[in-house]
Amino acid sequence: MSNGAKTYALELRDIHKTFNPGTINEKTALDGLNLQLEDGDFVTIIGGNGAGKSTALNAIAGVWPVDRGSIIIGDTDVTSLPEHKRAKFLGRVFQDPMTGTAATMSIEENMALAARRGKRRTLKWGVTKEEKERYMGMLKTLDLGLEDRLTSKVGLLSGGQRQAVTLLMASLQKPNLLLLDEHTAALDPKTAAKVLALSDKIIEENHLTAMMVTHNMKDAIIHGNRLIMMHEGRIIYDVRGEEKKSLHVSDLLSKFEEVSGGEFANDRMILS
Amino acid sequence: MILLSLNPLALLRAMPGACAQGLIWGIMALGVYITFRLLDFPDLTVDGTLATGGAVAVMLIRAGVNPWVSLIVSFAVGMLAGMITGLLHTGLGIPGILSSILTQISLYSINLNIMGKSNQAINVDQYKLVVSLRYISGDALTKFKFYGGVTLGCLILVMIMYCYFGTEQGQAIRATGCNMSMAKAQGINTNFHTVLALMISNGLVGLCGGLYAQYQGAADVNMGRGAIVIGLAAVIIGEVLFGKFCVRRKSAFAFTMISVILGAVLYYIVIAFVLWLKMPSDDMKLFSAIVVAIFLSIPYLKNKYGKKGVARQ
Repeated sequence: MSNGAKTYALELRDIHKTFNPGTINEKTALDGLNLQLEDGDFVTIIGGNGAGKSTALNAIAGVWPVDRGSIIIGDTDVTSLPEHKRAKFLGRVFQDPMTGTAATMSIEENMALAARRGKRRTLKWGVTKEEKERYMGMLKTLDLGLEDRLTSKVGLLSGGQRQAVTLLMASLQKPNLLLLDEHTAALDPKTAAKVLALSDKIIEENHLTAMMVTHNMKDAIIHGNRLIMMHEGRIIYDVRGEEKKSLHVSDLLSKFEEVSGGEFANDRMILS
Repeated sequence: MILLSLNPLALLRAMPGACAQGLIWGIMALGVYITFRLLDFPDLTVDGTLATGGAVAVMLIRAGVNPWVSLIVSFAVGMLAGMITGLLHTGLGIPGILSSILTQISLYSINLNIMGKSNQAINVDQYKLVVSLRYISGDALTKFKFYGGVTLGCLILVMIMYCYFGTEQGQAIRATGCNMSMAKAQGINTNFHTVLALMISNGLVGLCGGLYAQYQGAADVNMGRGAIVIGLAAVIIGEVLFGKFCVRRKSAFAFTMISVILGAVLYYIVIAFVLWLKMPSDDMKLFSAIVVAIFLSIPYLKNKYGKKGVARQ
């Protein structure tokens, strides 16, 4: 940056996004979102339904253009880049296990596609021999028995297996930022815990900067070094380090109630 | 009584022609397979592209161009048609099926302009055609060269496609068709690859048009009408009959493509059979449409009424 300003792993400056403007379904999803992530930050994001958590991740990923504001990853302003060009910087895992992988393609093909994230697709062979060996080794560390199923169609895998593979895929090309969008919400508790542990491991081993949206407040407290609470398209609470570690679910609940007048703590949150 | 009036020899005599037509249309079916199955794009451009491929080939041959070269041009022109459908869709946001109908309709006028009238003939005695109806009634060597050549040609195409869809680019096309969100998240330019797939698909259809025009010795502005239905029929017949055989094989994709071509051959054998049963040829298109509708609905009906336990879950 020419002006000598500090660069962040991610910087969101005053992001606004309104869906269906001028119609009866108008919805302001992001309303002046500001955020700066340091290199190696692992942020968990919580908030009620419609608070703008997933919308924020989609804005970063470029699923649609934002109305106002800028999105800067490292020293690249990506605000005007289309989704596939931003992919170079991002690893993504979605809530729906079906979204992150191509079901009709084999495990090795899915991984090979991810290994070429941000690169031109040429007429070279899609999966090389060396790659296969590398993938086999990586799959072995998952301990899900997938290392013998390189040529199986991903559609045959369970939701947890698919999320695990998607996580591996996201880290094949080290991303500047890993976006986890409630990636364990569709899994049973046991599998969810496994996938979360794997996420932690991958983030730590690769020293990734990561954002994880979750509905589970306990997870939000345990994982990562920073916690953000969103409400009505803005960040209303931002803690890190020791302060975050000492948080309790009850602290977060009362914070929720404070900003929303009580109605905020819906069933799902109390249950979690 | 009716059965007695049928001549089994006539059916037998119809078979060589049916197989030849099936093999040629198999190339078109490969194109339909790319859009319909790999890209998940309902592409009706092909009805126009087939006639364009035929028209271009015939006019070039009449102008003295080598019939082989004319096929290359047919392929290229088909690609151009596919590109226009692709750009209408990805560049201008027109729904896929509508983009393809727009291209198809405009090709009708274009085809008339290429030929100057609604049909143009080429005489096999005058030109050294790559394929011709005449060859199947020729001597043994001619027959052998014809069937061997067409079969070999189909196999070479299958091999090229097999290799191509194993490359980075081919995999990007497959990912685009299978899961667009995933493809974009992996940095794949889905618009570009959609256009590319439509081009390859229509290139094959154009090639088929060029071959078919040479085979029947004429191009007609209506020769592609309903082609998409024949292509779909071939794809579905191939999948239904040989699908189980193809999965879990090392080169499943190559086998699937071969089964699509065999599907086209079977389609023409069935057509020859019902024609032999004295079904009026005017009703052929109705018959084809009904057959395709039935086969297309089978997976849906199976899901809805087949496995009740899963549905309840």
